[in-house]
Amino acid sequence: MEYLLEMRGIEKSFPGVKALKGVDLRLRPGTVHALMGENGAGKSTLMKCLFGIYQKDRGQIFVGGKEVHFAGPRDALEGGVAMVHQELNQATKRTVMDNIWLGRYPKRGGFVDEAKMRRDTLVLFREVGITLDPDAVIGTLSVADRQMVEIARAISYRASILVLDEPTSSLTEPEVEHLFRILDSLKKKGCGIIYISHKMAEILAISDDVTVMRDGAFISCDRAEDLTAGEIIHRMVGRELVDLYPEMEGEVGEELLRVSHLSARHARVKDVSFSLHRGEILGFAGLVGAGRTEVLETLFGLRAREEGHLYLDGKELTVRTPRDAIRGGIALLTEERRANGIFGGLSIVENACICSYPRYRGALGLLSGAKMTRDTARLAKELQVKTPSLSTPIRLLSGGNQQKVILGRWMLTSPEVLLLDEPTRGVDVGAKYEIYRLIGELKKQGKGVVVVSSELPELMGICDRIIVMSGGRISGEVSGKESTQEEIMTLAAKFA
Amino acid sequence: MEQNLQGGGKNPLKKLGNKWSTFMEDTRTRWHGFLRLSPREKGKRALGWLGDNALYLLILVFVLGVFFYNSSFLSFGSIVNILMQSASRLLMALGVAGIIVLTGTDLSAGRCLGLCACICASLLQANGVANKMFSRLTFSPALILLALLVSLLVGGAVGACNGFMVSRFKLHPFIVTLGTQLILYGAVMWYVSLGQNNSAPIAGLAPAYTRLVTGGFRILGVQIPNYLWIVLGVTVLMWVVWNKTVLGKNMFAVGTNPEAAAVCGVNVSRTIVTVFFLAGLLYGASAFVECARVASNSTATGVNYELDAIAACVIGGVSFMGGIGKISGVVLGVFLLQLVNAGLVFLNFEPAVMTVVKGAIILIACAIDMRKYIAKR
Repeated sequence: MEYLLEMRGIEKSFPGVKALKGVDLRLRPGTVHALMGENGAGKSTLMKCLFGIYQKDRGQIFVGGKEVHFAGPRDALEGGVAMVHQELNQATKRTVMDNIWLGRYPKRGGFVDEAKMRRDTLVLFREVGITLDPDAVIGTLSVADRQMVEIARAISYRASILVLDEPTSSLTEPEVEHLFRILDSLKKKGCGIIYISHKMAEILAISDDVTVMRDGAFISCDRAEDLTAGEIIHRMVGRELVDLYPEMEGEVGEELLRVSHLSARHARVKDVSFSLHRGEILGFAGLVGAGRTEVLETLFGLRAREEGHLYLDGKELTVRTPRDAIRGGIALLTEERRANGIFGGLSIVENACICSYPRYRGALGLLSGAKMTRDTARLAKELQVKTPSLSTPIRLLSGGNQQKVILGRWMLTSPEVLLLDEPTRGVDVGAKYEIYRLIGELKKQGKGVVVVSSELPELMGICDRIIVMSGGRISGEVSGKESTQEEIMTLAAKFA
Repeated sequence: MEQNLQGGGKNPLKKLGNKWSTFMEDTRTRWHGFLRLSPREKGKRALGWLGDNALYLLILVFVLGVFFYNSSFLSFGSIVNILMQSASRLLMALGVAGIIVLTGTDLSAGRCLGLCACICASLLQANGVANKMFSRLTFSPALILLALLVSLLVGGAVGACNGFMVSRFKLHPFIVTLGTQLILYGAVMWYVSLGQNNSAPIAGLAPAYTRLVTGGFRILGVQIPNYLWIVLGVTVLMWVVWNKTVLGKNMFAVGTNPEAAAVCGVNVSRTIVTVFFLAGLLYGASAFVECARVASNSTATGVNYELDAIAACVIGGVSFMGGIGKISGVVLGVFLLQLVNAGLVFLNFEPAVMTVVKGAIILIACAIDMRKYIAKR
């Protein structure tokens, strides 16, 4: 048996799109196999075909040399394939152990054997080296801990093939290292791991083989040691990306926004003071849970403020609700696009104009559809939004295009200060560059931009200054160009 | 793709023409695409289409069945009759539809209408009726206007209260309106016991009022009542509110994603209260019409009307998922439901059967609606 898993010529169509056009994947035992591609390249679709969530239209799947047809996840799990999904699908109101053994509760005399569940959970946790209470309600844990529970659950199936779809997106540096140690021990046991991630450094650090996909097609499969980050990106996007970050033009001007001694009532934000200048891109770095998102939300009036003042152009601005903030000239691009960014079922026009409706009122206070469509069309062209039409529901667009529409929504309000929370999360390489270019454009126009990001290279690539937060407080400030990742990480761990 | 991004010219007629030709072109390409499919795939698609439209097809088959059983079912008089019944139910459905767009529902609508109708009736009894509720009240045409205003006021107040409870305490409208439904029932029972009425049905309405609402002219021997014009006017108004005002746009935004709406500076609470308030106004208006139609109003007036209204919305494609629905859909839904109702009457079914059928329609409609949102695999 040369390959643990072999997928041959997998095809899958959805109404209107051919998502997979004959993709091959060969997983050797005892290796980590990275699956790379831009968003929408078909990585997740391919894995869902493997796991039985989708049924492939054509092609063959062999596990351990035998052809398999998984009708659903249960089949796949019994066939030795386990998967950690990109999204956390957990029963948030139930306990950790309920979630781990869901669907296969140990029974004794017809009743669920809770004692055995607890024992088994503790054994499993000891094995993978995590210390969590099996009886804790999972919704009360941090996202990172929940992710680790999910990984432990996948391992508990004792599958020979483990699929991890972007497992580290919410993990901090030490947790990622921990995960890699776990993967190493699985490799030694002869398991095969398919690893999907956008973080290039990770891929090169742990994978043995790299398969690249683009637009639903198989591009290449090579040993990782023969590849460089540049080469992988080149294959993913299908064109030469000269620079990851565009040149940022424009000078930093006078002070635009001053925040003094800001504290949130119900969140970890303590005594945060900083100032933002015209034409400046100010980064916020820190670990997950350091309070960066909360700072933006408190500024924007989404969270109750305990203390602190806000000065815009030297004048105090009272912000109690997002409406006050928007009126004052502040915009907030939220971190969770699906949860509080897009209106999935509504059209692109409606998504773009929602914050500026009063501007489109004509006679009798009625809205002018033509005006809204015209402005949206202009935005779509400027931001290069790829869409079949402007009346398309936004949920049908790719993540990058959705993000561009939401950025456009805020640009229609003509803000002076833009607070961007993880503006490139879940956005593919090409669209990322577009978004950076747009941020650069805003800088040139003399706006103030705050960028929260967990990707340090991104912050260092585009920011003039970077503020580092730790445990809800500001732990330091570095220059965007001349700092090092080590310097920032040390500051990020200061109060953690 | 380029020309798709343009909004179309200024001329509305040309715009309509453009829309029509793109629609036809779209249909043509889809049909050709369908013809190219393998027989198996063709079958699959056809079944899918049947599933999506099952309810409408069932209604069509049913209507044709009734027609063959008794051809007078689709006579001019009968159809106009069904249309007028639909019109009388439309106002409430329009109110409930807005609440469903907010992912809510309103169980108190029928009782609210009942209370408003009883208030109208008590104010509009003719002079000299035996056991007149408020014996010292003399009927005059001005009272008609007063009754309408009071009816709107009470309906609006009930709606606003519902909306306040929903937005302020984050309660589900199902629970809130279940509570108000009982409160309103109590209120009607108390109200009809007032004066000299002694909880009897309030009858003997002033002819000036009933004529104003249910009177009208005849076409081909069929009466077209005046309330049709009220209903048409209000329907157009609601179309404008839903499609051309900030409130309407915000309503859909809140129904789709309240969190995102808050980030966008939408006053979510105010939007919810306003939508409920508007619904209440519509119940009040509906009561003003229904009071005259029923002629003898009691604690039973309006009972279970909300179920018809909700069913009509669901049939008309107003989704419980929130943020989805059209005024035209509500109108169609109300009409189809009345069509089925009338058909069952034509077949001499017992009320028991009719109720079961109505329940089944709601279930089928909801199941088909959900089908569209469950990810296809």
